[in-house]
Amino acid sequence: MDKPLNNRAWLLVAPVLLFVLFSALLPMMTVVNYSVQDQMGENHFFWNGDAWFRDLLNPATEVGARFAGALVRNLAFSVTALLIEVPLGIAVALCLPRKGWTVGATLVVIALPMLIPWNVVGTIWQIFARQDIGLFGAALTGLGLHYNDTQDPVSAWCTIVIIDVWHWTPLVVLLSYAGLRAIPDAFYQAARIDGAGRWAVFINIELPKLHKVLVIAILLRFMQTFMIYTEPFVVTGGGPGNATTFLSIDLVKIALGQVDLGNAASMSLIYNLITITLSWIFFTIMTQLDRRREE
Amino acid sequence: MTRTGVLPRIGLAIYLLALMLPIYWLVNMSLRSNEDIMSGLSLWPHHPSLGRYFFIFNDSTWVHAFGVSLTYVAINTVISVTVALPAAYAFNRYRFVGDKHLFFWLLTNLMAPASVYAMPFFNLYYAIGLFDTVWAVALAHCLFNIPVAVWILEGFVSGVPREIDETAAIDGYSFPRFFIRIFLPLIANGIGVTAFFCFMFSWVEQLLATTLTATNALPFAAVMTRSYSAAGMDWSLLAAAGVLTMIPGAVVIWFVRHHIAKGFALGRV
Repeated sequence: MDKPLNNRAWLLVAPVLLFVLFSALLPMMTVVNYSVQDQMGENHFFWNGDAWFRDLLNPATEVGARFAGALVRNLAFSVTALLIEVPLGIAVALCLPRKGWTVGATLVVIALPMLIPWNVVGTIWQIFARQDIGLFGAALTGLGLHYNDTQDPVSAWCTIVIIDVWHWTPLVVLLSYAGLRAIPDAFYQAARIDGAGRWAVFINIELPKLHKVLVIAILLRFMQTFMIYTEPFVVTGGGPGNATTFLSIDLVKIALGQVDLGNAASMSLIYNLITITLSWIFFTIMTQLDRRREE
Repeated sequence: MTRTGVLPRIGLAIYLLALMLPIYWLVNMSLRSNEDIMSGLSLWPHHPSLGRYFFIFNDSTWVHAFGVSLTYVAINTVISVTVALPAAYAFNRYRFVGDKHLFFWLLTNLMAPASVYAMPFFNLYYAIGLFDTVWAVALAHCLFNIPVAVWILEGFVSGVPREIDETAAIDGYSFPRFFIRIFLPLIANGIGVTAFFCFMFSWVEQLLATTLTATNALPFAAVMTRSYSAAGMDWSLLAAAGVLTMIPGAVVIWFVRHHIAKGFALGRV
């Protein structure tokens, strides 16, 4: 199945390129520009070479330690969120009804959390997690747990994970459900004739067919959790201490709070580079697996 | 598919309940007064009132902002799906110089944190005179929606056998005629699903939307942030506005539910 080589295909891609470049190129260049300059007084910039970058990547400096801390916290958060959301999403998709009026109704209910603007999500949980007037906080306290999302670092961190699971598992559910529905009945009948158990059906039939939708789900979720901003900003403000200060939060603190453009710009470039590298590794592994299976 | 047993149904019920609780809390808050919300835990509104909703419906700022949000989301969805369709076809059907790099470069645009690029975006759209229009937000959201659209549509294109392209060419169809008359109807399902995702990501994004607008094209979410500062937190009003933001999305998912339920594996099955 070799695709024909045809460079005129560029014509079909050109509109996409035009629109995306328009929004991507200039803002990107501005950031690169700031990352190699320093500022003296109002609007007086001079060349600063790679000094910002060297500071940032050296954990012995103050800004380096801060960046390393935020990076570790963010990676831990992304991994935790993915480990919960992907299995949970697939499991829920397997339980969803297949026909009847309940299908549409269930899909709408499941998609609702994703369709709420992100600052509203924060607003909901700000109240919902409170120990005095919010159901979630009050229930946990009632169970005798030591829960306080604004004072206790562990509670705050768990709250952000729970918000993310609540908010985004539906994405995995919808994609997995659509992937499962695309499997022809003949596959299941063949499995039944072979006497395959439920687990064998899942591993040998369902999971391989979910491959492509899961690549999209996992990559999207990784990128979004790695760039999470609004929810911790609204709910915990990055605290207590810096327990929920993820990379984006830290970056905005530096760029807007301290107006330290050089530091912020170099940090965002490194940050972007890390995201791209991790996504690339993941993307390559997933597509290689796919190719090997087809051969 | 094997029949669903009792255990999965119970599990699903618990999941749906957990999903709905925070949303119920929002609705609950929107029906109570601020004093009532702050005074203590109450599982349901004791004196429910729709006052906050009427306040929003009667205030031209809120109504206008709701229209603005819907407009730029609609423009963005149309642009994203339209330009992504031929690109998805090209990526799936042909090899061309730099195709793999281009595809991954498109995806990297999803990885740029909006918080970083908000200020450069402001400068860019201010310079070209689009600042504070719905077009600024619609174009800015293309940055992440076009790559998503290309990505999802490519999966749907790969599900259409290549023999169909070849047969059409033999039958004397020109490429544009083939693409519009034969190919698009075949992936109508994918267009519906992609439009839903574009709608969703544009509707919920508000950092760029807020940065790129001031008064004329103020989005709904920005009006919400304003009510933070005026006389403390107006929780009840915020909750009512929050409930209203869920409605357009719910309507859109209701329309595409058949496309999702029909299933898509994104690739050859």
